[in-house]
Amino acid sequence: MKYRLKLAILCTACLFIFIASFFIGRYGIDFLTVLKILADRFVRLVSFGKFGLKQTWTSAQQSIVVNIRLPRIAAAALVGAALATAGACYQGMFRNPMVSPDILGASTGAGFGAALAILLGLSYSGITTMSFVFGMTAVLLAWFVSKSSRIQTTIAMVLAGVMVSSLFSAGTSFVKLVADTQSQLPAITYWLMGSLSSIKTSDLGFAAIPILIGLVPLFLLRWRINLLTVSEAEARSMGIETGRLRLVVIICATLMTSASVSISGMIGWVGLAIPHFCRLIFGQDYRRLIPCSALMGAAFLMLVDNISRTITTAEIPLGILTAFIGAPVFLYLIITGGSARND
Amino acid sequence: MIETKKLCFSYGNTPVLKDVSFTAGEGTLISVLGPNGVGKTTFFRCLLGFLKPSSGSVLINGKQVNLYSKRELAHEIAYIPQSYNPVFNHTVLDCVLMGLTSSLSTFEQPGPEHEKKALHCLQMLGIEKLAHRGSMKISGGERQLMLIARALVQDAKVLIMDEPTSSLDYGNSFMVMKCISDLKDRGYTIIFSSHNPEHGLRWADRVLAFKDGCIIADGPAQNALSGNVLKELYAIDVCVNNVSTRDGEYTVCIPLGGTNAQNV
Repeated sequence: MKYRLKLAILCTACLFIFIASFFIGRYGIDFLTVLKILADRFVRLVSFGKFGLKQTWTSAQQSIVVNIRLPRIAAAALVGAALATAGACYQGMFRNPMVSPDILGASTGAGFGAALAILLGLSYSGITTMSFVFGMTAVLLAWFVSKSSRIQTTIAMVLAGVMVSSLFSAGTSFVKLVADTQSQLPAITYWLMGSLSSIKTSDLGFAAIPILIGLVPLFLLRWRINLLTVSEAEARSMGIETGRLRLVVIICATLMTSASVSISGMIGWVGLAIPHFCRLIFGQDYRRLIPCSALMGAAFLMLVDNISRTITTAEIPLGILTAFIGAPVFLYLIITGGSARND
Repeated sequence: MIETKKLCFSYGNTPVLKDVSFTAGEGTLISVLGPNGVGKTTFFRCLLGFLKPSSGSVLINGKQVNLYSKRELAHEIAYIPQSYNPVFNHTVLDCVLMGLTSSLSTFEQPGPEHEKKALHCLQMLGIEKLAHRGSMKISGGERQLMLIARALVQDAKVLIMDEPTSSLDYGNSFMVMKCISDLKDRGYTIIFSSHNPEHGLRWADRVLAFKDGCIIADGPAQNALSGNVLKELYAIDVCVNNVSTRDGEYTVCIPLGGTNAQNV
């Protein structure tokens, strides 16, 4: 079972990066203390606060591990998994290896919705809802434009996505123009760059729910997503009406993208690059592609976030780092004709 | 068994099929012949239940096609498209497994016994060695066989093939037609369209010649495909002749030129 071995390695790597991430940061905390704090939290969570370890650490250390690093690492894992899975699904559903949440305009649409929600002073649930609605609008717009276009659909969809993206980013610019320069504008600007530095535990809970609501059906339906990659007539003759499946997949993928965007801002390219790395390593079957994309996406974003907070004294926004990796992958796909191939 | 009774179909006010009636029993290989745009594809789409006839009916084992659920229908009749241009390089086995959709519940995934079945179907066609190759990396003929394997795994007894050899070279065309003929011997009912009358003459039990949405000739190829019928279909003179070969006597067609050609 070659696949099992690869999956086991991926899981181990993911877990290793998760734990290692707790030691990375400006404030040094030794290995044992971190483990003790985490174990203490875990025991308290399981025993509903009745038991705990004897405190041998300072409350500052506890606060850093539990209130700062834990939500941030968990958010990186969650957002990475969500964006990579959504990307893999979009690619299959549109029969197009060059699409991803950012190419289709889902991220920009969601970004516009969230900026608008910040402008209107809405709560976190309002931000997520608005980003979902506009993310969905962007995807559907790109889809319909490419469907009614007379040029080849692969190219049409990429071009339509570029058009939709620029439309929504213009909208976002307008929102920034009219936003209050004291409080709203910095919030919007900072958040648009893509960052996990201001994540709080409460935000995390809020994004985790929609992401899981999107992820679970996609995980359960993952084999069937393969059927979306063949023509409508073929799928139908095999006994499946793809319309409903397509709708479920598009809603789940867009929900995950929007929820990610609403807590982390715009983190580009993860949804394009990670599914392709997975295709190269694990093959094209969505039975494997969905869980592997989620794990690899999580590991990747945790890693990139670690780099972003250690490489220089000022934090580098995540979106900048992911672009360094994503752009070459996209170029590679253009050169190879849109598909990372394997035998 | 599949049959149509006075099948008519129109797109808007344009009639495409007019009173098409035919019956095909088990283990028959039928070649559908006719120029482009005479309604061959529409005919197939009606058989598969994709299109609803304007009048008349399509029956599979005596039951109207539109009374079957999609899942049930997939167990009766399978469709093999003209060509397959994969966007993703799924392995041949993954592609064949897709044919099991109708046997699996919504959240179910194919397991080892399903893979065994898929491998068995590949074996029937002699391409089990390709199971783990990428579907983008095999030849057109092999890909056509893969699509046939996908239809076999579906458990349907009626196979509809839309120009199975149109994108294949000479040798691969022969190989695919040979496979189709072997399947007929195993009891499958196969209806295929082709632009080559010799495929009908060489392999088919029966030929349906379509013109303007009507069947103008129906019967064993040797009788149905006379020079006159071919002339009516394609508006060229065709010489139909027998040739003896090492393996026996075969009928061949030689196109001679347009109706207005002087030196026929």
